[in-house]
Amino acid sequence: MRIIVLIKHVPDTWEERVLDPVTGRLDRSASERVVDEITERALEAALALKDRDKSIEVVALTMGPSESTGAIKKALSMGADSGIHLVDDALAGADAMTTAATLAAALRDAGADLIIAGNESTDGRGGVIPAMLAEHLGLPALTFVSELSIDGGRVRGERATETATSVVSAPLPAIVSITEGMPEPRFPSFKGIMGAKKKPVASHPLADLEPALAGSRSSASSVVLTCEQRPGRTGADPIVDEGDAGTKLAGWLIERRLAEQRLV
Amino acid sequence: MTLLNDAPMAAPAHGLSDEQQALVEMVRDFAQQELEPHAIEWDREKHFPLDVLHAAGELGFGGIYVREDVGGTELTRADTALIFEELAKGDVTIAAYISIHNMVAWMIDTFGDDDQRERWVPRLASMEHLGSYCLTEPDSGSDAGALATRAVRDGDDYILTGVKQFISGAGSTDVYIVMARTGEAGPGGITAFIVPADAPGLSFGPNEVKMGWNAQPTRPVILDGVRVPAADRLGAEGEGFTMAMKALNGGRLNIAACSLGGAQWALDRAVRHISTRRAFGAPLSTQQSLVFTIADMETELQAARLLLRSAAQSIDSGHPDVAAHCAMAKRFATDVAFTAANAALQLHGGYGYLAEYGIEKVVRDLRVHQILEGTNEIMKLIIGRSVLEKVS
Repeated sequence: MRIIVLIKHVPDTWEERVLDPVTGRLDRSASERVVDEITERALEAALALKDRDKSIEVVALTMGPSESTGAIKKALSMGADSGIHLVDDALAGADAMTTAATLAAALRDAGADLIIAGNESTDGRGGVIPAMLAEHLGLPALTFVSELSIDGGRVRGERATETATSVVSAPLPAIVSITEGMPEPRFPSFKGIMGAKKKPVASHPLADLEPALAGSRSSASSVVLTCEQRPGRTGADPIVDEGDAGTKLAGWLIERRLAEQRLV
Repeated sequence: MTLLNDAPMAAPAHGLSDEQQALVEMVRDFAQQELEPHAIEWDREKHFPLDVLHAAGELGFGGIYVREDVGGTELTRADTALIFEELAKGDVTIAAYISIHNMVAWMIDTFGDDDQRERWVPRLASMEHLGSYCLTEPDSGSDAGALATRAVRDGDDYILTGVKQFISGAGSTDVYIVMARTGEAGPGGITAFIVPADAPGLSFGPNEVKMGWNAQPTRPVILDGVRVPAADRLGAEGEGFTMAMKALNGGRLNIAACSLGGAQWALDRAVRHISTRRAFGAPLSTQQSLVFTIADMETELQAARLLLRSAAQSIDSGHPDVAAHCAMAKRFATDVAFTAANAALQLHGGYGYLAEYGIEKVVRDLRVHQILEGTNEIMKLIIGRSVLEKVS
C-alpha cells in the first residue's frame, strides 16, 4: 500500500508574517519556515498506519520553491520513505486552482492508494485543495476527519459536526483531509535525521507534468490586484483608574459606538 | 535591543551542517515540549521523570555516541555537544542525567566484549534500562585512584563490598558500572564491573537533600557481598580506572554543554526581561552597566562554546591531548556558565530569586557542574600538568 501525504512549507505560525507590498505574495525571507503543523499531523496519521503495517510505503509530496526541500527532509527524518518535490519558478504565486491542478497532475500516476492532506494550511487558509484534488482525480473525499483507519480496502474516518459525529468511509483509493483532532506529530529520531539524506527525493519541474496537466489546467486564476500594509498603531488613549475606570471604559466604548448604552 | 540581534560568529547555529541543524531543531522541540514546561515542578517535587526518559530513549537520547549495531546513533562528539546544549535549555538536571547514562552505555559499548555489548547496550540505548556510574566513594572523590570498594575473586564470580557516594540515578536505575579494587593500591588495581539493580546485596542509601539537581535522585550505593559473574567484568583486571577516565572525557564535555545550555537559556531570559522592564522612565536595557553585563555573558558563553567544540573535535579525531582539551572546556564552560546564570538572576532583580521564573533553579543546578565529573581544581591539575609535561 502506498500513502502519499501532502506537506507544505509555511512561515512559522508564531512569527510575524509579511506580504510583499508589490506582488502581494508572501515575503519568504521575512520569517523562519516550518512544515505546516497540520500537514505534520497528516504525516503522523500515515506513519501511525505504517507503524501497524510495515509494508505501507509513505511518500511526502510538496509543491514549493527550492528551499521547500527542507520540509521534505523533515518528513523523511520523521519516517516517510521518499519525497516528491514539485518545483518551478512558474508556480510562484500559484492560486488554489493552479495548485490543485499541479498536485493532481503529479498524483495521477503516482499510484497512491490513499492521499492524506491537512484540512487547511496556516498561511493560505483556503481549505479547498483536498476537495479540488478529489474532483480532479475522481476520488472519494473524506474531509475534516479527526480519526482515521484502514480496513479491508476501505478507509474509514470520523468527522465532527456541530450536532453529531459522522462516521464516513470509502473504498480505496481515496483522499482524506484531517483536522487538529488527529494526534500530534512525532519527533524525528536521531537515526531518522541521520538517515534522511539517504532516502530518495524526486524533483519535478512543470515540464515533467505537462501531459497530465493538459487535461486539468484551468484558464481561470485569481490575481492579487492591490496589497496594503496593515497601518501601524497610533497614539494610545490611556485611562487612569481613579476608582471610576469602569465608567470611563464604558464611556470610551460608547463614544466609539463599540457598545450601546441601555438604561435599566 | 538591536545589540543582540545580529548573529555573531560562534553563534549557536554558526557553521553547522544541515544534519546538525536538524538535530538541534529536534532537540529544541523535544526540550521545549517535554522538559521545560515541567522543570520547575520536577525540581520542587524532586521528581525523576522516568516516562519522559523512556520517551527520550525512543528518539535516540540513550546511545547518542554508541555504535549502531547495538542500537546507538554513533553521532560525533561535536554533534553530542550541540544536543546537550539544546537539551539543557529545557532542564539542566535531566540533560545532565542523560549525559551520565550515555557515559555508562558508551563504556559497555566501547570496552565490553561482544556478549556484554549484546546483553546490556541495546536496552540502555533505548533507555528501557537506565544506567548509573559508580566511581566516587565517601572517602575518595578527587583522589578516585584511592577507592576502597573491593572485588574479590571467588570461582567464576567476584564478590563486591563497599560504598559508592553521590551516585546519580541510584535507586531508580537498572544498570550500575562499579569501579572496585581487585589488585594493588592506586589506579592500576581498579577493575570495572557491570552490576544489575536487582543483584542480591546491592542496596541504596537515602535520596540526598541537595542545593540543585533535584529532578534526579542522588544516593549512596551500598555493595554488601554482591556476587558478580566474571562475564560481567568490563575489560581486564586493572583496566577499570583508565576506562572510567576515558568515559569522563566525554562526560566532561557533556556537562560543559549542559552548563552552556542552562546559561544561554538564562541569558535569553535576562535579555527579554531587561528589554521590557522599565525603570527611571526607560527600559533597563538602556542602562550602560546592564549592557556591559550582557556583553560579558555573551562573550564568555561564546568563548566556552568554541572551546567546547574544539575539545569535541579532539575526541572525534583522537587527539593525543584530548584529556587536557576536555578538562579546559569543562573548567571554563562550567565556571563562566555559572557566573552568567548568576548574573541573569541579578538582572531579573527580585524576580530572579523566585522559583516561578526558573532562573534561581538554573543557578542552583549549574553550581554542581563546577564540582562533579572531576572538580574544576582537578581540571586545572590535568591542564597544568599536560602543559608542564611538554617541557620536562
